[in-house]
Order: sequence, then C-alpha cells, then structure tokens
Amino acid sequence: MKIVLENLTKKFPSRNKKEKTDVIAVNDFTFEIPDGKLIGLLGPSGCGKSTALNLLCGLLEPTSGKIYFGDDDVTNLPAQQRGVGFVFQNYALYPHLTVKDNIMFPLQNLKGDKKLTKDEMQKRALEAAKLVQIDGLMERKPSELSGGQQQRVAIARALVKMPRVLLMDEPLSNLDARLRLQTREEIRRIQSETKITTVFVTHDQEEAMSISDLIIVMDAGTIQQIGSPQDVYDDPVNLFVAKFLGTPPINVFEGEVRGGKLYIGNEDIMDISGPSDGKVHVAIRPEGFDPDEKGRFSCHMGRVEVMGRDISVVCFNDNCENENVRAIISGENLPEVPKTGDVRFNVKPNKVFIFEHETKTRIPFDAV
Amino acid sequence: MEKNNLKAWLYLLPSILFLGVFMVYPLIDVFIYSFEEGYNSASGIFFGVGTYNYSYILRDPYFLQAVKNTFILVIITVPLSTAFALLISVALSSVKKLRELFETIFFLPYVTNTLAVGLVFMILFKSTPYSDGLMNVILGVFGMSPIDFIDGPYWAKMLVLSVYTVWVVLPFKILILTSALASVNRTYYDAAMVDGTPKWRIFTKITLPMISPTLFYLIITGFIGAFKAYSDAVALFGTNLNVAEMNTIVGYIYDMLYGNSGGYPSFASAAAIVLFVIVLTITCINLLVSKKHVHY
Repeated sequence: MKIVLENLTKKFPSRNKKEKTDVIAVNDFTFEIPDGKLIGLLGPSGCGKSTALNLLCGLLEPTSGKIYFGDDDVTNLPAQQRGVGFVFQNYALYPHLTVKDNIMFPLQNLKGDKKLTKDEMQKRALEAAKLVQIDGLMERKPSELSGGQQQRVAIARALVKMPRVLLMDEPLSNLDARLRLQTREEIRRIQSETKITTVFVTHDQEEAMSISDLIIVMDAGTIQQIGSPQDVYDDPVNLFVAKFLGTPPINVFEGEVRGGKLYIGNEDIMDISGPSDGKVHVAIRPEGFDPDEKGRFSCHMGRVEVMGRDISVVCFNDNCENENVRAIISGENLPEVPKTGDVRFNVKPNKVFIFEHETKTRIPFDAV
Repeated sequence: MEKNNLKAWLYLLPSILFLGVFMVYPLIDVFIYSFEEGYNSASGIFFGVGTYNYSYILRDPYFLQAVKNTFILVIITVPLSTAFALLISVALSSVKKLRELFETIFFLPYVTNTLAVGLVFMILFKSTPYSDGLMNVILGVFGMSPIDFIDGPYWAKMLVLSVYTVWVVLPFKILILTSALASVNRTYYDAAMVDGTPKWRIFTKITLPMISPTLFYLIITGFIGAFKAYSDAVALFGTNLNVAEMNTIVGYIYDMLYGNSGGYPSFASAAAIVLFVIVLTITCINLLVSKKHVHY
C-alpha cells in the first residue's frame, strides 16, 4: 500500500497568551511513500515527526491537506477504520492480559463479516507470534518479559490484524544498545517478510540509515530531504541535513570562495570551479581527510583515538564551528600523523560540501 | 547494624506507644470484658466468667434488629454507592467543559457536616403539621399518597437511610476513582482506538482492570465503613434509635454503654466483638475474592 501525502499541515494553537502564533508541527508535507518499503522518519526531538506519525495513524486530525492509502482518501477516517498497525514508544501492552490475549485483542474487536472464530484467532495470533519469535511466551504477562520481548509482542499485536500500513514510534528508544542493534535487524527482517509499508520515527540517524529503504529528514516541521540513506548522506541539500547525518558528525568550518579556490582561514584547501566568490560554510566528513606532510589544510594536533581498524584524529582549527575537528583515517596512515604541532591534510573533494552562508543551502561545485 | 535497629525502634516508638495505649490495650480489654458477666466499670467487679453476655445479646431483639438493619444497609449502600461513584467518575473524566464545577458539586457532601446534611434530609423527607416534606410533594405530583419517611413504615425509613448513606459516602469514592481513572496511561486508549475497540469493550477490558485495585480498595473500606454506620441514623432519626427500629450495631454498643439502657459495658463489649468478627470475616472474603480478580 503506497502512502501519499498532499500539503499535509498540522497546527497547534499557541498556549502563550501574549504571542498568538500557532505552533506548526507539520508544515506542508507532500510526498509519496512507495508500496512495501521501510521508511525512516528522522529528525531531532521536537521536530514534529511523532505528530506526522499520529496524523498518518489517525490519532490526530490534520489542520489541512490530504492523506491517501493507495487510492483511498483516509484523511477524515478515524484511526480504527484506517487499518493501520501502530507500535507505541512504550509498547502500550495491556499489563493484565497475557501475551496471547494482547496479540488477540485487535482480532476480538472485529465485527460483522470480518468476525473470526476462536480457532482462527488463535491461529492468527500464533502466526504473528512466530513471525516475531515469541511463540514460546504466549502465556506470560508483559511484566514477565524483557524490553526486547515486549517490543516484539507490540509488533505482533500491530501485525496480527494484517494492517495496510505499519507505523512505529521510536521503536528502539527503550532498548539498551545491544538489543537495539539486534531489534533493528529484526524489524528489517519482519518488514521484508511481510512486505507491509512501514514508517518508523526515530531521532537516531544511525538507526534510520542502517535499515531504511528511504529516509525522510525533517526539522522544525518541514521536510528537509527525502532519499535513500546513502544518497542523503552523500548529497545533503543543506547544512542541517549534512550535520544531522553521520557519526562522528561532519566538521563545519567558516570558509570563503575566492578566485577559484576554497579557503578555510587563509589556507586554500582546494581548487574549485562553479561557485561565485563569497563567504560560505565548508563541511567536511570525518572520512574526507588524507594525512599528508604537504597537505593544504592544517590543524593543530590534539590527540589520537584508536578505535581498532580506524583511528580518529582529534585536532583543532580556529575556523571550525564544531568543538574540534575529527578526522577518521585508516590505521595504516598513523605514522604520517605527528604527535604534536600541526597536522596537515589533503581533503577528498567528494566528502566536502559547501553551503551558502546565510540560507545554508548547498552550493554545487566541481573540483579542479 | 545493632545501632540502626535501635534507631528504627526509636522512630517507631511514638506510634507504637499511642497505638498500644489507645488501640491494642482497649481491644484486649474489650475482649476480656465481653466474657466477664455483669462487669461494673465503676467498682471494677464482676460476677463470673462465661459466654452469658453473648447469649444475652444474641437473644436481645434490639440487637438482632440492629444487626438486621446494619446488614441491609451494607448490602444496599456498598454496591450502589460504588456503582454510582464509578458511573459519575467515568462521566466526569469524559467531559471537558465545566469539569471542575461538576467535581466541586459532587465533592460538596464530603466537606459538609453529617448532622447538617441530616437536617437537609429531614426537610426533604419529614412530614410536619405544615407540610409533608419536599419528597412527598413530588410524590403527590405523580398521584401518590404521602408517606411518612421519618416516623412511618420500616421500608420507608430504611430507604431514606440508604439514600442518605449513599449520598454521604459518594464524594470520597468519586474523588478516589477520578484520580485512578486519570492515572491510566493514555496510550492504552490510543492503542485500543487504533485497533478499533468498541467503547464498552475499552471500558470492561481496559479501564476496569486498570482501576481494579482502587475499586477493590473502595469496596473493602466501603464495607468496613458501612458496618460502622451510626451517625447517619442519628442524624435522621434522633438518638432513640431502638424505638425507631433504626438502630445499628454501633448504635447498640453506644446505647449499652451510655444510652437510656446504658451501664452495661459487658454487653457492649460482646456486641463490639461480634461486630469485629463480622467485619473481619467480610474483609477476609473480600481479599480472597480480590486476589482472583485484581490484576496487579
């Protein structure tokens, strides 16, 4: 089931009595989610991503705009008629019911010709439980399960009624780091097995990048960029997206384009063609540095953090907008990095982005 | 460790002391009195030890009347008041406008003096030479003949007492239940809504189980409170409750101690022990039942 949004907007009335401007949580969303994909809705907390999810699910009514599931206009349908499965951030498992009863709960609500016999319900519940691999825990109460198991029960409960769309609100945020890795693989697997169009919300860019077919980056109620994780990472449209994706975060510098050269401070780090002269933000991915004694870009050496295969060089530059400059280089290049004094790099052109100084939008350039 | 233990006892001492002097000691004393025949509290003498006190009160028609009244009151008012409180609290938590106003109205009886409320009920129900009381005026509209609710037939008096009791205990229950309802996590309702759960099913399958601990707490304290009813009857029917056939067990105990027939601490003690046994039994049954049905 594809999902189409048209100019979807949600405004909340202002609580501030002096200033009566509405809070726009979701601003003019227009995009299409293709059928059967796993979509990560990504943004910093408070950017409106949960509101967007609640609009999709029908728990909130949009101020304006349309939502289509396939060709059906579901904008004015209440949540129960949309056929969505929703996995809540805190799972919302009914504590007084067993796992089995929790999973069967949505089926027991069905009425009329959709009504199922008890055997069918049991069968469907068991299928859903097998899919998320909790079929051995059917008689337990939620309080007797670990966080990860509860998460699976919540997913099973959302899947058991065979929803047209599966929505997940921060599905991994209540799990510890190891379980998070495991569960996100699990979500990926379940989604590919069921082929249900799935939208999940997260503020963790790594999580979104690792399993999504498509990520939607949003900030302050507006969509910044939509694309496959790799495309968005390699080709951010603005400084926000560039900064939001990637760990360690991208290094941002105050820079200038002057006479076909890109300057950081008074060092010209690259020859470029395309952009006109003026002040810019220069963003360089941590993996975009090549240590080189004759490199064109110099930083004051800080320390080296060894992370096994790679090493992370932490150094300082007066023009850096981050706290420090972080370069990830291969361990083989370690001898080329001095212990003290200045460290010199050449930068990889495809890992360097230039953004307009005021609007912070991307300026394309060609390396010469 | 030893030192900490001492400290703990020191902190507990004040309450232990007060509980011991004013609760445990009298309890034991009452138990002993109940077996001492013809005990005189002034002289401190008694004739003998035995179960005569029990066999006397169990044959005393006033006591049997009081037990009957108390049981009827309990059986009528506890379920009714709990059900009404639940109904009103659910209604209250689903309205948005004027919610505080309604809450205040429903909570008013709680801060009103029992006797003052009794006076209001007298005006509503009592026939005087000048009027038949508001209730009878209303009944008259429907073509019914006036009933004397205060000095009239037994069922009429019991009706008034029950209505009064329900009304008086309602606000506390509403208060507790509204806060219990408010503390149910909203996402359970959201989850139920996404799954298309009908309203009635949400109520029976989610709301009720979630507030069941509070509900059972209210039922248990409701039983205990109703068994100890006394002031309500006094407020409506005056202190001569035996004549009005409206006495309760606590009222009987009081009468045996201080009333017109007073001066019989042994009988009062025996009645008190009987009451204690009844309340204990009912509470134990309650706890057993609740273990099966309360979900936490």
